[in-house]
Amino acid sequence: MAIKVRFFASLAETVGRREVDVEFRDGLTVEAIWKDLTAGESLPSGILCAVNHTYCTLDQILKDSDEVAYFPPVTGG
Amino acid sequence: MTVRIVASAFDALDEIRAHELKLGERRRQIGAAATFVGSMRDFNEGDAVQSMVLEHYAGMTDRHLENMVAEAIQRWHLDDVLIVHRVGEIVPADAIVLVAVWSAHRAHAFESCRHLMEELKSSAPFWKKEVTADGERWVTKNTPGSTAGFSG
Repeated sequence: MAIKVRFFASLAETVGRREVDVEFRDGLTVEAIWKDLTAGESLPSGILCAVNHTYCTLDQILKDSDEVAYFPPVTGG
Repeated sequence: MTVRIVASAFDALDEIRAHELKLGERRRQIGAAATFVGSMRDFNEGDAVQSMVLEHYAGMTDRHLENMVAEAIQRWHLDDVLIVHRVGEIVPADAIVLVAVWSAHRAHAFESCRHLMEELKSSAPFWKKEVTADGERWVTKNTPGSTAGFSG
């Protein structure tokens, strides 16, 4: 019963880790996970998020075993 | 449709040639091919850049690119699309990205090629970290996709 949380690029350096497991609970949202992990801080402006490899909004409600990712604006190409 | 994310240097012309061979008889219906190759500069924001590391989100990046391509094929009635994108350590002059499209008509080829490139730049999960004489730094924004965005 866990959610896998991943961080990428400069955000991974800022939070000091690339991955962490979070215990699942009913009604858990993408925003709530960020707040749980940062002692209540809001997601910094411009940071993007995805659930199961698809972009999402902060209010997305998670299912058990989902994978959540947070990352800075993209700069590929 | 082919989307490849590669961790070693690639030759864009070889990629295009190999893909065209795979088109086979379908080439008889194709009237236009448009390609874009992006490569690494040895300067950015006024500084010399020695090398670069490109990070991506395995699983999401490839899926995102495949969805983009599927939408473009439908919207512009394309015959085929090839995207190759480099990750890992890159040095100046290396190709970073190739977008190649094949269609019956040039208008669709030109438009879709540009669209795919701009979509990739603005939404595909890749991140660049540059290595300069002063150390490493993350690239925080891409250059504009239109000449109107350049100030001089």
